Amino acid sequence: MAAWGLSLAASLAGVSAGLLAGPPARAADMSPRPQRVVSVNLCTDQLALMLAAPGQLVSVSKLAHDPDSSSMATAAQAYATNNSGAEDVYLRKPDLVLAGTFTAPATVQMLRDLGIRVELFAPARSLADVPARIAQMGAALGREAEAQAMIDRFETDLARLSVAPDRRPRAALYYVNSYTVGDRTLAGDILRAGGFANVAAEAGLSVGGTLSLEQLILLDPEVIIQGRDYPGQARAEEVLHHPALDALTGTRVAGTITDRDWICGTPLVLTAVEKMRDLRQALEAGE
Amino acid sequence: MKLAIGLTALVAALFVLSLVTGTAAIPPGQSLQALIQGDGTPIAVVMREIRLPRAILAALIGAALGLSGAAMQGYLRNPLAEPGLIGVSGAAALGAVLSIQLGLQMLFPLALPLAALAMAVLAVLLILMLAGPRGGSITLILAGIAISALTGALTSLVLNLSPNPFAAADIVFWMMGSLADRSFTHVWLALPFIAVGAALLFSTGRGLDALTLGEDAAQAMGLNLSALRLRLILGTAAAIGAATAVAGAIGFVGLVVPHLLRRAVGARPSALLWASGLGGAAMVLAADIAVRLLLPDRDLKLGVLMALVGAPLFLHLIFRTRREMA
Repeated sequence: MAAWGLSLAASLAGVSAGLLAGPPARAADMSPRPQRVVSVNLCTDQLALMLAAPGQLVSVSKLAHDPDSSSMATAAQAYATNNSGAEDVYLRKPDLVLAGTFTAPATVQMLRDLGIRVELFAPARSLADVPARIAQMGAALGREAEAQAMIDRFETDLARLSVAPDRRPRAALYYVNSYTVGDRTLAGDILRAGGFANVAAEAGLSVGGTLSLEQLILLDPEVIIQGRDYPGQARAEEVLHHPALDALTGTRVAGTITDRDWICGTPLVLTAVEKMRDLRQALEAGE
Repeated sequence: MKLAIGLTALVAALFVLSLVTGTAAIPPGQSLQALIQGDGTPIAVVMREIRLPRAILAALIGAALGLSGAAMQGYLRNPLAEPGLIGVSGAAALGAVLSIQLGLQMLFPLALPLAALAMAVLAVLLILMLAGPRGGSITLILAGIAISALTGALTSLVLNLSPNPFAAADIVFWMMGSLADRSFTHVWLALPFIAVGAALLFSTGRGLDALTLGEDAAQAMGLNLSALRLRLILGTAAAIGAATAVAGAIGFVGLVVPHLLRRAVGARPSALLWASGLGGAAMVLAADIAVRLLLPDRDLKLGVLMALVGAPLFLHLIFRTRREMA
């Protein structure tokens, strides 16, 4: 009991010391280029890996090393991972923490109370959000010029890849637990840019929701694009291998295509758009 | 005879009703026509690959549960003996989960029902050992609670240890049971085991009738008690194991159905066997129609519905048992 009280007192003292020592969070926005940046979110990890100056980024989140989730797992190997918790992050003495708007609010608040500047990034909901996220990251890291160059490259490439086709084949995105997403999502926008029409719209889904196997089959899409296969087994995944999907003549089950390139609003979504365009062209060619 | 015709007609009617019920609204006439023609249109695919196996499985699994419940109650001469309550279904679910998570099912598909069957045999053996030949209510229920709790905890543990992020959510399926998105693969996996189990259980009918006179009288009549017990164990385990392996643990069917039909068959255990088989099929078909009508896009679990019907009856039975003992 006494030991517990002592450690509590010590940590309280630490908190107040941090408050007194650290500069106020607002003023930090005006500070020069941050020197020790810690990222705690898979998507900010990748943007920071692309934009940070050498030595500027100190640590990335655990998921950044997972090749199934992160498109930049190889590049991330050079950086130490953190567990995205306030304690771990604080001990790395960052002057800037990059987090998502869905990062645990308690963690963000505690880091701010400790006088650390925390920059929050909203998840991208469309391809149009990508340049905005790049610009935000550039401003946060003090690398505006590099960010602008990346945005210019992104917009040129996107315009080249997403030329609207004469006819849009009807496609469905189908995930674990019979989940699908509509046009007002990043994945839906990638599908549209690749030249497909999303059948989720016909089912009245613009964001995301459950599309039962029966409904999916009655919509009779030309191609069914499935989400990634997770390790291990789960009943929730069995719907992706249901024999009814193979019984549909005239529908192509394109298997697991949506992967790490579909998760985050980074220039790497262009890889996904390109894959979709190739799939559509293969479909048109009757392959 | 009248009861047999009535129950068969009920099962047939519910089977057709189940075929025309689904998340997608298709006019019944059109859907049945597509089922028979099977012309490769999306409606025919929905009917033949999704709804038909689902209806067949509901009838099969319901029959397995009702039959096992009636047989166990006949053998233990206790109306509380039910595969779900005494942990046999839970044990079968554990076996199924182990075979899936260890990858045995990927090596050969029959591993799924076989593993469920093996665990179910263990559970039935344990129950009969713990409850004793007379099957006293208190020891039976205590043994059931212990086995259910243990197998439930182990199932949750195995699923929580899985590297798959969706495996933990599967706990609900294995504890509550569902027929959503099952296919003919599952029908072919379960059908042979349920058929063998049902044949074994039907063969116990005469023995169970003799047992109503008491063990000594039955043995004096030439009944081989250990052979009867063996057929009961293997029959229950095969039927419950296969049913649980494809649909999860659906409780209370084996409790409610024999209870409802007991008086109609004059409390004769052999007659209660086939009546409960038909009654169980009707009950699970009805429950599976109800879950699709109540929450079409949510996959409401069958066990939830069965527990809502079964739990009050279970309490009533306990209350009556207590009064008889006093």
